[in-house]
Amino acid sequence: MASQARQRRNPAAGKSEAAAAQDAVAPSGTVPAAVPEPGADEPAVPESPASTVSATTAPAPRVSEDQLRQYYKDMLLVRRFEERAARAYTEALIGGYCHLNLGEEAAVVGLMAALRPTDYLFTNYREHGYALQRGIDPKKVMAELYGRVDGVSKGWGGSMHMFDVTHRLLGGYGIVGGQLPLATGAALAIDYRGEDDIVMCTMGDGTAAIGAFHESLNIAALWHLPVVFVVINNHLGMGTTVEHSAAEPHLYKRGAAYRMDAAVVDGFDPEAVHVAATTAAEVARSGRPYLLEVVTERLKGHSVVDPAKYRTAQENERLKANDPVATYGARLMADGVLDELDIEALEKEIAEVVADAAAFAASSPSPSVETLFDYTYASPVPNDSRRLPGQPLFGESS
Amino acid sequence: MTIMTYRQALHDTLRNEMLRDDSVFLMGEEIGVFEGSYKITAGLLSEFGPKRVRDTPIAEEGFTGAAVGAAMLGLRPVVEIMTINFSLLALDQIVNHAAKIYGMFGGQAKVPLVIRTPGGGGQQLGATHSQNIELYYAFVPGMKVVAPSTPADAKALLLAAIRDDDPVLFLENLALYNTKGDVPDADIPAEIGRAAVTRPGRDLTLIGYSRMAHVAAEVAAQLATTEGIDIEVIDLRSLRPLDRETIVESVRKTHAAVVLEDDWLTYGIGAEIAASISDGAFDYLDAPVRRVAMAEVPMPYAKPLETAALPSRYDVITAIRQTLAAVGYRTSSQASTVSGASTVGASQ
Amino acid sequence: MPRLSDTMEEGAISTWRKHPGDTVAIGDVLVEIETDKAVMEYEAYQAGILSKILVDEGQVAQIGAAIALFDDGTGGGASAGPGGGTGIAEGTVPAEPDNSKKPSGEDNGAAHAAEGGGAGLAATGAANGTAQAAGTRRIASPLVRKLARENHLDLSDVQGTGPGGRIIRADLTGLLPSTPAPAPAQAPAPATPGAALPASTGSTTGAPAVAPAAGPAVSPSGTTIDPGDVRSSRPVPLSQVRRVIARRLSASAREIPHFYVTAEADAEELMKLRADLNARLTAADRHKISVNDLLIRAVALALRRHPEVNASYVSDESTTMLVHDRVNIGVAVAADSGLIVPVIRDADTKTVTQLGAEARELVGLAGERKLTPAQTSGGTFTISNLGMFGVADFTAIINPPEAAILAVGATTREPTVVGDEIVPRYRLRYTLSSDHRVIDGALAAQFLKTLTSLIESPWLIVA
Repeated sequence: MASQARQRRNPAAGKSEAAAAQDAVAPSGTVPAAVPEPGADEPAVPESPASTVSATTAPAPRVSEDQLRQYYKDMLLVRRFEERAARAYTEALIGGYCHLNLGEEAAVVGLMAALRPTDYLFTNYREHGYALQRGIDPKKVMAELYGRVDGVSKGWGGSMHMFDVTHRLLGGYGIVGGQLPLATGAALAIDYRGEDDIVMCTMGDGTAAIGAFHESLNIAALWHLPVVFVVINNHLGMGTTVEHSAAEPHLYKRGAAYRMDAAVVDGFDPEAVHVAATTAAEVARSGRPYLLEVVTERLKGHSVVDPAKYRTAQENERLKANDPVATYGARLMADGVLDELDIEALEKEIAEVVADAAAFAASSPSPSVETLFDYTYASPVPNDSRRLPGQPLFGESS
Repeated sequence: MTIMTYRQALHDTLRNEMLRDDSVFLMGEEIGVFEGSYKITAGLLSEFGPKRVRDTPIAEEGFTGAAVGAAMLGLRPVVEIMTINFSLLALDQIVNHAAKIYGMFGGQAKVPLVIRTPGGGGQQLGATHSQNIELYYAFVPGMKVVAPSTPADAKALLLAAIRDDDPVLFLENLALYNTKGDVPDADIPAEIGRAAVTRPGRDLTLIGYSRMAHVAAEVAAQLATTEGIDIEVIDLRSLRPLDRETIVESVRKTHAAVVLEDDWLTYGIGAEIAASISDGAFDYLDAPVRRVAMAEVPMPYAKPLETAALPSRYDVITAIRQTLAAVGYRTSSQASTVSGASTVGASQ
Repeated sequence: MPRLSDTMEEGAISTWRKHPGDTVAIGDVLVEIETDKAVMEYEAYQAGILSKILVDEGQVAQIGAAIALFDDGTGGGASAGPGGGTGIAEGTVPAEPDNSKKPSGEDNGAAHAAEGGGAGLAATGAANGTAQAAGTRRIASPLVRKLARENHLDLSDVQGTGPGGRIIRADLTGLLPSTPAPAPAQAPAPATPGAALPASTGSTTGAPAVAPAAGPAVSPSGTTIDPGDVRSSRPVPLSQVRRVIARRLSASAREIPHFYVTAEADAEELMKLRADLNARLTAADRHKISVNDLLIRAVALALRRHPEVNASYVSDESTTMLVHDRVNIGVAVAADSGLIVPVIRDADTKTVTQLGAEARELVGLAGERKLTPAQTSGGTFTISNLGMFGVADFTAIINPPEAAILAVGATTREPTVVGDEIVPRYRLRYTLSSDHRVIDGALAAQFLKTLTSLIESPWLIVA
């Protein structure tokens, strides 16, 4: 990694750059009733000179049409891939838990677009889309879901524990909030070495309640670490709403407790998310952590096995109507960026990519039992326990 | 060779490793300005500065997890958790993350982390400050757990732990910090996963670790002098991996074993040792394996209660005598000269 | 497992002649058993069907242990083992009930037959009341069990002094062979704290197999082989015979106060007589005789003259010793499996040719391991002749319960003083080993004097 001395921003020097560039994005389409209107009755005035809590209102500046098409294509890839994963699960090719990014495509695409290739990402278990958007080959992602040796984690992680050194996806964690201290530590290492990469750490809304959330944000802010904490607020833990788990359901406001810059953005607009995340990344790169709340919706249940009975039929209708892939596609078509033929071609291309990924995964072998003990320790050590359950402790072993 | 305290050996080793390798840095509560609650890190903040000697907020999960994250990026953090009791706050980051990351991701990320923490009770610190829960970490695949009982081993095992690419729980002990011993001047790391026969013998195998290895050595020396009993003492030094070979080889020779531990008896460290002996030295046992452990109560504050709960030298000697009697051993002097005073710890 | 000789303590199954499912009639040979002396055929005392074999060929079982299950049609398989007391060959040592060898379940040295022994023996055991309650378990430490297994000890007689009556190793002192197992030769000792460099054996993260091979290699018979042995030893199985010899002669050498008296005879006349007799015998189409045949009769006559040599010490507690009326002379034979001593009964009543014939027959049977118990028991005196190997003289170990043994050397031509001249003449040396508890020096000397005079006047032997 390039080692650059970084100018440390003096926290007492007044408003940051981020305050100047208001990342105000109007939510496109109807605003879901469950989300409190950002900025409606809350003061946008920072409580101290050092932190900014911004609301999103103004429309975002547009980017190139190629970039817009890319957003759509990326969202489509995530959508179709996740659908294929759901199908594979029902075919018993994927086991365990399988949490999908259905409905969150815009957020995923927008966030990842803001990262440099050398920036690090820590995420939770709802990570397939993030893996794809970090540039990891869909074949390897699907193979990992199938638990095969060609998977991203060699079949050792599965849906929840993907990891790729080259693409800097540092997991994939099943413990809610477990990734926050890790992300903080990774940022610590970057700071320790004087490098200018940042760490992005995504999590769900439920994570804002766990102790590690508080400890990590506190340490990051205290030690001026280059980390962006992103709360993907889809309003639900599994079936528990944010209102039922958070005393302060406007999650971005928690940044103020640590004098941390924070913002909230509409997660249905990839452009808006991209801009918001870019701002956050710049702040972090200057040596100050950031808390970004991205408001989205889950299209389906918590995982593939959750039928989401806690939702009404009416709500399901509404969700379908607000499907970000459909609505963004419609918007691009309305703006003349895409036409039906383009979309058809994209669908075909994506369909092939996804089908190839599934075929690749199905043909990749499972890890051999001989490798069972290969990843217990990095440094070899005597008297390591390498015993299979049926083997006696002494006598014939292995 | 230099004679120094266990504390000094730790201090010097930390310092030398930090001088040798820029990626080694320290984190923990009160290790900098306060110079460490047990003064292990005294002087290091002023020498190395706040980047490399970091005082943390009271957030064991947060700073231990941060150490894991930093280790994933290639740094070599040495975290101090003030006492092992507080490690429970970081249990998730240690067990679910530090120990699992290498395996869970198919070997793509190492976690070269050291967690230093003392166990031990006996200073009337009460129930939540007097536990010995190293077992929780020795239980977990992916963790390494070492427990030096002498200043020399403190140095050698700490060198090994810092240079090892896996997460290592380095178990210290409050009662051992002031003990003195010879320490080699050269920086030679020990081999993790190996026990040591610190006193060869023929009549009985006495197994302990940390403070209890110290007690074992003293008791064996005493009984040799007063009664001519020839006890073989094993200092485990490493709880995970456990050196079963050394233990079993010894018991095959002596035919009797007593295990000493500061933790609670049921499901404690000694349970695994006894099971391993029964498995590997079954045909060589002339008496059941005895374990001497702490009474299974939350540690009370009142001194007589605390003393009663802790395993003492007297308890150790009693267990030894009973085991020797069970194998029909006749000592030259049947007078039980039991020294109640212990040079180590407050247990009498 | 039947007791087929008076010194037999255990037997090895040599060949099963009947197999499970076979119908057996009384008198059919069921199995061939190797005892301390010979391989014996064992005949069925019951008719029925052999239902299950409990001890396989090559395996060893204690006397009294069940070796097979037999369905005699009464339902509930009876044991084809002897149960003790029944069917022991007549004429041997009185068949006392096998109290010394109670089938004690799993504590028998040979665990093989023991498991079936409980149930199987119950049927026949009732006959002599030696059946122990099935399932009685002696409490013994694992170490004791292993030592018992390896040394074929029966723990039923051992008093346990450990907690709860547990048998501990200390209770086995005196029952074990005196040579302890050598200390395990191990890989380098683990590091001691403070040591400069731990002794790394370079072990990998492979399985830490602490196989029994980590200790001294232990063969089933308990031989320990030190890996550092500079003698390049290899274990060779001991035959039953060898093991019994080892046990019995060790006991003899240990317990009997031996003393040795050597005498010498001029054998010129003896050789002349033999040559003369053999010429006539051959002419008469009869078998020749050997020097040893003549010696057997000579010894028999000498024993008649000195009956106190034809005796047995009983025990330290006894106030009597035994003097035997019959002269049964054992002839030591070097067979492949070891020393065997067939006995010629009433040697004093048989002619030299008869003795010769019998000796020849017995030696032949010994070579084929077909000697019966009757043929190897009841001796009152033993002759051991190593003359055919050119031995000048030697001393032998008494064959208990006898009181003496004669070791005979070679007959050689040697310079002899006759009158004032030195002439070559045949001479013969022999040494009597005597049990000083019943024989004094004077008696031994007198016996030898008688023997010498017989040898030097050999017509008195045949007369």
